[in-house]
Amino acid sequence: MTKQYETVIGLEVHVELATKTKIFCGCSTAFGGAPNTHTCPVCTGMPGSLPVLNKQVLEYAIAVGLATNCEITRYGKFDRKNYFYPDNPQNYQISQLYLPICRKGGVEIATKDGRTKTVGIHEIHMEEDAGKLIHDEWEDCSLVDYNRSGVPLIEIVSEPDMRSAEEVIAYLEKLRLIIQYLGASDCKLQEGSMRADVNLSVREVGAKEFGTRTEMKNLNSFKAIARAIEGERERQIDLLEEGGQVVQETRRWDDAKGESYAMRSKEDAQDYRYFPDPDLTPIVVSDEMLEEIRAKQPEFRTEKMLRYKEEFDLPDYDIDIITGAKPMADLFEATVAICRQPKQVSNWLMGETMRLMKEQEMDAEDLRFSPEHLAGLIALVDSKAINSSVAKEVFQAMFEEDVEPEQYVEQKGLKTVNDEGALRKTIEEVIAGNPQSVEDYHKGKEKAIGFLVGQTMKAMKGKADPGMVNRILKELL
Amino acid sequence: MSDILDMTAVELSAAIRAGKTTAVEAVEAALARIEERDQEFNCYVTVSRDKALAQAKQVQAAIEAGELTGPLAGVPVAIKDNMCTEGLLTTCSSRILGNFVPAYTAEAVLRLEKAGAVILGKTNMDEFAMGSTTETSAYGETKNPWNPAHVPGGSSGGSAAAVAAGECFYALGSDTGGSIRQPASFCGVVGMKPTYGTVSRYGLIAYGSSLDQIGPLARNVTDCAAILEAIAGHDHKDSTSVAREDTDFTAALVEDVKGIRIGIPNDYFGEGLNEEVRGAVLQAAGVLEERGAIVERFDLSLVDYAIPAYYTIAAAEASSNLERFDGIKYGYRTPEYHGLHNMYKKSRSEGFGEEVKRRIMLGSFVLSSGYYDAYYLKALKVKALIKKAFDEAFARYDVILGPVAPTTAPKLGESLADPIQMYLGDIYTIAVNLAGLPGISIPCGRDAEGLPIGLQLIGDSFREKKLIQTAYTYEKARGAFPLALAE
Amino acid sequence: MANVISDETIEYVGILAKLELSDEEKEQAKKDMGRMLDYIDKLGELDTEGVEPMSHVFPVQNVFREDVVTNSDTREQLLSNAPEQKDGMFVVPKTFD
Repeated sequence: MTKQYETVIGLEVHVELATKTKIFCGCSTAFGGAPNTHTCPVCTGMPGSLPVLNKQVLEYAIAVGLATNCEITRYGKFDRKNYFYPDNPQNYQISQLYLPICRKGGVEIATKDGRTKTVGIHEIHMEEDAGKLIHDEWEDCSLVDYNRSGVPLIEIVSEPDMRSAEEVIAYLEKLRLIIQYLGASDCKLQEGSMRADVNLSVREVGAKEFGTRTEMKNLNSFKAIARAIEGERERQIDLLEEGGQVVQETRRWDDAKGESYAMRSKEDAQDYRYFPDPDLTPIVVSDEMLEEIRAKQPEFRTEKMLRYKEEFDLPDYDIDIITGAKPMADLFEATVAICRQPKQVSNWLMGETMRLMKEQEMDAEDLRFSPEHLAGLIALVDSKAINSSVAKEVFQAMFEEDVEPEQYVEQKGLKTVNDEGALRKTIEEVIAGNPQSVEDYHKGKEKAIGFLVGQTMKAMKGKADPGMVNRILKELL
Repeated sequence: MSDILDMTAVELSAAIRAGKTTAVEAVEAALARIEERDQEFNCYVTVSRDKALAQAKQVQAAIEAGELTGPLAGVPVAIKDNMCTEGLLTTCSSRILGNFVPAYTAEAVLRLEKAGAVILGKTNMDEFAMGSTTETSAYGETKNPWNPAHVPGGSSGGSAAAVAAGECFYALGSDTGGSIRQPASFCGVVGMKPTYGTVSRYGLIAYGSSLDQIGPLARNVTDCAAILEAIAGHDHKDSTSVAREDTDFTAALVEDVKGIRIGIPNDYFGEGLNEEVRGAVLQAAGVLEERGAIVERFDLSLVDYAIPAYYTIAAAEASSNLERFDGIKYGYRTPEYHGLHNMYKKSRSEGFGEEVKRRIMLGSFVLSSGYYDAYYLKALKVKALIKKAFDEAFARYDVILGPVAPTTAPKLGESLADPIQMYLGDIYTIAVNLAGLPGISIPCGRDAEGLPIGLQLIGDSFREKKLIQTAYTYEKARGAFPLALAE
Repeated sequence: MANVISDETIEYVGILAKLELSDEEKEQAKKDMGRMLDYIDKLGELDTEGVEPMSHVFPVQNVFREDVVTNSDTREQLLSNAPEQKDGMFVVPKTFD
């Protein structure tokens, strides 16, 4: 390869909003119902049914728009996007093409060289999700479940401002953080509540015009996105180097095989015949509505970071990690509110929590233990009811199953033994059983006492206060 | 009681509530009449005999218990087959919905049931309301009770004919481009299309969503007002439903047109208008003038553009509305197919009739890439101009008066050969739908062959009361107009 | 006839509308659509410069519902009209993604 190429990437990010009900009907959006049990005439396209907009969807969409510096469209409409597919019961999707709710925004991301750059947001529009197709294992057919049909989505369309997989991931993480802070979605890629389609083209470095782009779908992790970007970049460069041309098309990324393939068939005309949906009325966003939503905007990360510094006096490093994921910040604040010990809480989050999350490849959204229990654990340590190594054991159980720490300690008999008589008796036995160490100690080998402490703790099954052990040992020796 | 069948809906309900007859006797009389006449006229796709009898018993009990006291309590009604009725076949007169039994009832029908209506069955129509003759039904054409060699009009032809033949006391129809008013005119009954948004469309199987409106077909203006009063009202399930308070339409049944300003558009009396129709309509205008109305001629303008704008918008919306009929969730699925898209294509091609396919194709085309602006958007702009022309007219007049259709009912088989010719028959009704206005059709005479002629009155948005008052006054002055086969 | 509809156009509209026409029907459809478009072209006579397209006749706007669950499980009714069903779901010919 003699020529130098630049990758140009734009993203279409779909985010499932955290509403209780669907966008156009009163069906629940809860996960896990038996197939087709969260449905009604509206979200299954029954003849004669009509959509009515869920107000919360509009409010979330505007909130995300404000948080990403968009202009909010004061007179908006819904349009129908017409295409036949079985997961789409009306064979048209209600979406927004002509007058999307938000336009012309952008977010700042950090680049590799430590600088910041703005990724532009072309528009954000509201739309309905499709149902689920399940492929029958035994017969040559597919099955349709409309439980997800009509779940509200926003689609955030970026400008083609990204140049690498790192930038793409930084942009996605930024969006995710903003949206999680707003409470508008949990943004879980694996579960599909955040999905990204990647529009990618390549051009020679210095070229003014963009190359022909392809759109890649089916990307459900940051790693898959990074691999797909690399794969598609190479595929396009190879094509161009061989004197070929990139075809504008939609491609499906197969992460297991590490390759993509074209999705188009001759029955897909890709001509969606958008027109304003006559069943829905225009949306007029008043100044009052906008102010109301603006007033409800939560504290975002930058503000939170400043406050943590001021209010809790935590190290910058801790603040950075804790505010880096909304669930983590929520957990921190809720726990501090109970126990009023920010540094202790931070230590647990920065230490054991991060260690176990890393070990188990978990995201902050997946944390299961409650602030009440973490505060309880801290209280147990403070009162010296358990020592720090026992505390770690209890924490692990909390991390796994959110156990109630005091009960757990009680049940497992992990409480520190504060009965000096019993401890003294054990230490006497340890001294009697380790004459060599006792002699070493008396010869001035200070280290020998460490061994004796260890033996005592072992004999006490870890349930002793190390300070007390030390004191008694020295006394007896 | 042999004279039950001669009563209007309001008279019948009063008789039932007074204990002179019962809802059960009324439904039995109507069913007997259907038995006797429907073989010939084919007004109904489905007659719901057992359910109707059971419902009549319940309604009668509720009337006796004093729970139902309204002006329609106990009266049997026929429902156009494009309104969903729970547990009762709803076909839209299409093969593609040949076995569709809805799980819910349309809001307008629910409201009638709450008012004590007894549902006799579902009436025949042009397939998916696309047509002006009720000949595009997959279940055979309906015949005009005045002369079975003629069409009843459409698309609510089954409803209009059922009222005219006494096979029900009143009926619901839907009007997208004249589909209530024109068959009412052809069958000599009163039909009214309310202002868009007055009656909920929830449960009405959509044809042109921005134009569709449910309304009554009845024996006289009084019934019409009572029915509209029962079905009108805000519905939170229909986003386009309008919250309005002046729905006490029976309050407008006042015999007085003094000072009412009536405009007669010159454009409605031009080329193509049958002489007998012209004569009857102008005579009706004279009757109103004699009663004190101020009648003037004026130029409405843009009349010739309403039809092309309408067919563009209606076909576009229909092409999208009818996408859901795909052989997956309900309705017809072709028995043999290879693969998904072939299943779609075969099911739809076999399930839809010719006129429906014609409009779906046209609608898909006018929305397709490269044509949207030239056709669909252009039509929406013309719609805005038409609305403006009406706004200007209503600044000067309370009511616009004209014919419903250029001719009386054509012979069976004459219309379908030339679709555009058939579309031209909607010239006086269509603009009303584009502008969302209310319109009413009242019999105003008969032609030499004895076929009824309809007078159309058009009101400004939300001014149904002015229309009802004018129509009621005219009806009183005109005197009784018989049902078909009355002699 | 000013608008001549090609075979390709009819084929394309058939893909969009999911309709399959016989050769005879195609010829008729070409003729019908051409005539209809000629007729619709009449709209071109009107100057609509600066006119706002009107999709809704009345200024009804901001019609919302509150985010409250109102529906219960009606699966049985939902599936009662299905041409083919299995395990509480609609059966369709195999799809590929």
